[in-house]
Amino acid sequence: MRTLRYREALREAMIEEMERDDRVFLMGEEVGHYQGAYKVSEGMLEKFGERRVIDTPIAESGFAGIGVGAAMVGLRPIIEFMTWNFSAVAFDQILNSAAKIRQMSGGQFSCPIVFRGPNASAKQVGSQHSHAMEHFYAHVPGLKVLAPSFPADVKGLMKAAIRDDNPVLFMESETLYSVKGEVPDNLEPMEIGKANVVREGTDCTIVTYSRMTHVSLEVAEELAKEGISVEVVDLRSLRPLDEETVIRSVKKTHRCVVVHEGWPYGGVGAEVSDRVQRLAFDYLDAPILRVTNLDVPMPYNAKLEQHVMPNKERVLATVKRAVSRGRS
Amino acid sequence: MSDDLARDLGLFRVLEDDGSARKDRPAVPTAILLRGYREMRRLRLIDAKMILLQRQGRVGFYGACTGQEAVPIATGLVLGEHDWVFPALREQSVMLVRGFSLVQFVAQVYGNAGDVQKGRQMPSHHSGRTVNQVSWSSCIGPQVPQAVGAAWAMKLRKDPNRPVSIGFLGDGATSQPDFHSAMTFAGLYKVPAVIVCQNNHWSISVPTHKQTASKTIAVKGRAYGVPSVRVDGNDLLAMYTVLSEATQRARDGHGPTFVEALTYRIGAHSTSDDPTRYRSEDEVEAWRKKDPLDRLRKHLVHLGLVDDASDAALEAELTDAINAAVKKVEELPLPDRDTLFDDVYAELPWNLREQREELRASPKAPAHGA
Repeated sequence: MRTLRYREALREAMIEEMERDDRVFLMGEEVGHYQGAYKVSEGMLEKFGERRVIDTPIAESGFAGIGVGAAMVGLRPIIEFMTWNFSAVAFDQILNSAAKIRQMSGGQFSCPIVFRGPNASAKQVGSQHSHAMEHFYAHVPGLKVLAPSFPADVKGLMKAAIRDDNPVLFMESETLYSVKGEVPDNLEPMEIGKANVVREGTDCTIVTYSRMTHVSLEVAEELAKEGISVEVVDLRSLRPLDEETVIRSVKKTHRCVVVHEGWPYGGVGAEVSDRVQRLAFDYLDAPILRVTNLDVPMPYNAKLEQHVMPNKERVLATVKRAVSRGRS
Repeated sequence: MSDDLARDLGLFRVLEDDGSARKDRPAVPTAILLRGYREMRRLRLIDAKMILLQRQGRVGFYGACTGQEAVPIATGLVLGEHDWVFPALREQSVMLVRGFSLVQFVAQVYGNAGDVQKGRQMPSHHSGRTVNQVSWSSCIGPQVPQAVGAAWAMKLRKDPNRPVSIGFLGDGATSQPDFHSAMTFAGLYKVPAVIVCQNNHWSISVPTHKQTASKTIAVKGRAYGVPSVRVDGNDLLAMYTVLSEATQRARDGHGPTFVEALTYRIGAHSTSDDPTRYRSEDEVEAWRKKDPLDRLRKHLVHLGLVDDASDAALEAELTDAINAAVKKVEELPLPDRDTLFDDVYAELPWNLREQREELRASPKAPAHGA
């Protein structure tokens, strides 16, 4: 067991898979000589050379398409978006080609590709750099969407993503890259589609992922001092969604709060809410509540930004609201 | 080709108006000429038949290639078995030239149980793994960077078969960002790709001069460092010569070529379109006089390879084969509804297994006759 940062765990996963399989290559803006805009690919160019760690022109739709074409003829590309925000200009390649090639062709062709990069808000980067893009992509059958919170998960799931025969979208976070955590030696690929109960509790379940897992754990710690026992379910995978783990937890705690970045309209939180009300209706003692971004584009100003993101205070108040409901 | 003006501003031709071939061009083997003629005739008959079936309500949609046959047929004649094709709307017939069965081709138009795409794609979005041809992406353009990506993969893998990837687009698609991205990457990475623009003068109702202020489409290639050539797309010999040279260049590691094939869409954009609303019959008539099949026939008559009797026999043989294929396909059942859940992922996820069970328990849709 070693302690690694999130970005180091991610890099290790890519390096190990590239050593294992020469069909795997990394492509994106600044991934080579600059070592990645967030230093995720540090040292990889030296290790694998320019044919497998490829700096691209600034053309997301172009290199997304290059990746899709390369995947169709048998390679296993890892396409880095400098941030997922910029995938908006490559959306067509992901939605209309990567996600559908296998289905449209009746299973004749496949697209084993990983798209990855930092997602959702960072710090004061304004509305166009702060999108939580997972909600858009998790809507699409044919894609898998992962959003791990911890270094061990990021390593195990990236290895699984690279080996997966489907297109996998990997949502990281700029604010998580330096987070440290224990990573087992010789970690094997993890099964995609399994949530993790990262803290056990009895009064309320928080369903969350990525950066908000860490916020939720802080809230759980705080509420423990007030005698409120919170269980935190880290989804890790948004599509496929581990319904079973979520429902098992809610049946135990009888309350559910969903916490994620991104807007409240539709999205992963709405999806989780649907499943919980449908599959655990008789177990609920309070309405399912959601803590999300406010329904506005992200402002630049640091104070205003804090109001828009789901912060600790808002999560804490929401859990209390859920817990106070139905208590005699 | 050096005797032309700049290759991207001039027009490369082989066939003269009198049916002779220019003597200063490389000779095209007789076997290729005859095969090309047969395939072009077959394609014209297939298109006419499919349009008829659409009018009769037996087929939902069709995009014909009439007047543009020389481009896809020359492509099919030039490519080797390891090459890949990323088509646009009017290159499905490349598959047939490369050995894809006519019955399966027609089954894709019907989308029934004989369709290797299992009834999931619109007609004219054919694909076949056996001939390395993927399905067209309806969004206009995305297939071009994919073609370059496939070529990049071929280069990266140092494939000993030295395959080539060929991507198609129309004149309108050269306005799409994907075209420019593809050309950027093709030029930079020097991939074994050929990008072919079928300039048929109309993007549905928008003429090429309203699509771009560029003097030619081929000249756009200069900006990306991709050698480009403008060629008479209604001249099978010219297309064969240019594509042979371009694919050989790619195989030899000299990088991509961009080809503008000047042609004309004689019919409608698709069965959903009525071209009389936006273009004159005079213009269409002028292009009918440059019909690629007529021009090739004139050449073959000139060479003494074709006459009225051989034409009649060929037409009867091809028509019989097409009618037989349609008959065979129309007898096939619809795709099984259970197949709806296949191929969304490499494996069947639990939620789709659940949905399949739900569907099995629900009444069958009227189309299934129950």
